[in-house]
Amino acid sequence: MATYTTNEFRSGLKIMIDADPCSIVENEFVKPGKGQAFNRVKIRNLKTGRMLEKTYKSGESVEAADVTDIDMQYVYTDGEFWYFMDPNSFEQISADKDAIADALKWLKEQDLCAVTIWNGAILNVTPPNFVELKVAETDPGLRGDTSGGGNKPATLETGAVVKVPLFIDQGEILKIDTRTGDYVSRVKG
Amino acid sequence: MVNPTWEPRTSLHVLEVRALFLTLIRQFFIARDILEVETPALGSHASIDANVSCISCLYPAVAGLTKYYLQPSPEYAMKRLLAHESRSIYQLCKVFREGEWGRWHNPEFTMLEWYRVEWDYQALAAETEQLIKDLLQPYRQLDASEVYTYQSLFQTYADINPLSTSTQALKKLLQAHDINPPETDYDGFLQLLQTHLIEPKLPRNKLIRVIDYPESQAALARTRKTAKTRVAERFEIFLDGVELANGYQELTDVVEQRARFQRELDGRSAQSNPLPVIDERFMAAMASGLPECAGVAVGVDRVLALALGHTGIHEVITFPFDRI
Repeated sequence: MATYTTNEFRSGLKIMIDADPCSIVENEFVKPGKGQAFNRVKIRNLKTGRMLEKTYKSGESVEAADVTDIDMQYVYTDGEFWYFMDPNSFEQISADKDAIADALKWLKEQDLCAVTIWNGAILNVTPPNFVELKVAETDPGLRGDTSGGGNKPATLETGAVVKVPLFIDQGEILKIDTRTGDYVSRVKG
Repeated sequence: MVNPTWEPRTSLHVLEVRALFLTLIRQFFIARDILEVETPALGSHASIDANVSCISCLYPAVAGLTKYYLQPSPEYAMKRLLAHESRSIYQLCKVFREGEWGRWHNPEFTMLEWYRVEWDYQALAAETEQLIKDLLQPYRQLDASEVYTYQSLFQTYADINPLSTSTQALKKLLQAHDINPPETDYDGFLQLLQTHLIEPKLPRNKLIRVIDYPESQAALARTRKTAKTRVAERFEIFLDGVELANGYQELTDVVEQRARFQRELDGRSAQSNPLPVIDERFMAAMASGLPECAGVAVGVDRVLALALGHTGIHEVITFPFDRI
């Protein structure tokens, strides 16, 4: 069993807490003068996404979590699972709905996603920061209105609904920032 | 290959202010007729203090490689000088602590330590505050200082009496504030309350002096009997929740000194930590007679960082631990 001591703590390090894989978000070394040393850490539980705070005695060992982050290509879904492929080994693994979570509304086949794998199963999927998606449905575009004032909802090919400028038409391809869900620009076809 | 970061972490301005601080510190002591001394950074003995880990190194000797230790504080050596010269002395030096690496810690840091012969610890605390204020004055105007006893500090900011409560009550209080404490002892829980709960709540922009610590946290300070208990004649000075100085009415009783070392060693063997050996040269100096004195250590990097508004000491150290 691999372990880390608190001396190795840094943000991004993956450790096991109460049988769940977690990622260290922030690590602070605290030691009152002449007192004991502690590591005060903020941690994200990678299964639930919840943040927690914990304090360790400095020098304590903690079990390492066998978690890897790799870029994988989204291949297809059978409605129950979403399949991803390692572009180097061509190996495929599937993610369930919990692991896909909010990434679902941005996923287009062949997109390269950041995938977190724990014990051979996908824990978490982060879509690319920017995706290009076709407008499936929106009110007809107002010709000539490129002033940027006002917006309207548009449903994209993946089902996501974003606010777009009034001049956008059905069938256009848009660049979207997945971190905020904001429209960025039109993509010339 | 990526080029490693070779540049210093400090700006030229920080270097200039650091140089100025070192000059002003020396002027402060020259004006008070306190002698500057140097003692070895390398020692043959590790610290007895159970909460201090020394960085060791190997030196070839006839019998093979001998272990030496980078000094975590110049205290033992300076006390040997005090026992011999009975004169107020100060030192500006680098000290070393294994494992101390964080926003306010670097395994190697600059310490200012001085001893005032025949002085009382409260007078030394006032002198320490004067020096810190003198250094900060061009950069920050501090509000009037405040003084707490360790007891009143905990009563004010944690609503608990640290001298007469139970380990369980301390643990409960920590949990009530969402601090998941590891298993530790009474003093460990008090220290967690201090770092996690009290220090963040301390008033900003003023020096906070805390005096009279629990006997169990006396370290090398003399203790005094009070109505209900014994307290250690020790002080610490905080600014913006950061500890800048730690001082004692120095323990001069060699019998008590040996008893305290033994208690630390017992504590260490209980945690199955490596056992350091008592430095008999230091003990012999204590036996020959340490003059009545008060001593204090100031973290120079922290004073500099707070003068310039930094939120940690790495920005004021040319090459912190991750750039050496």
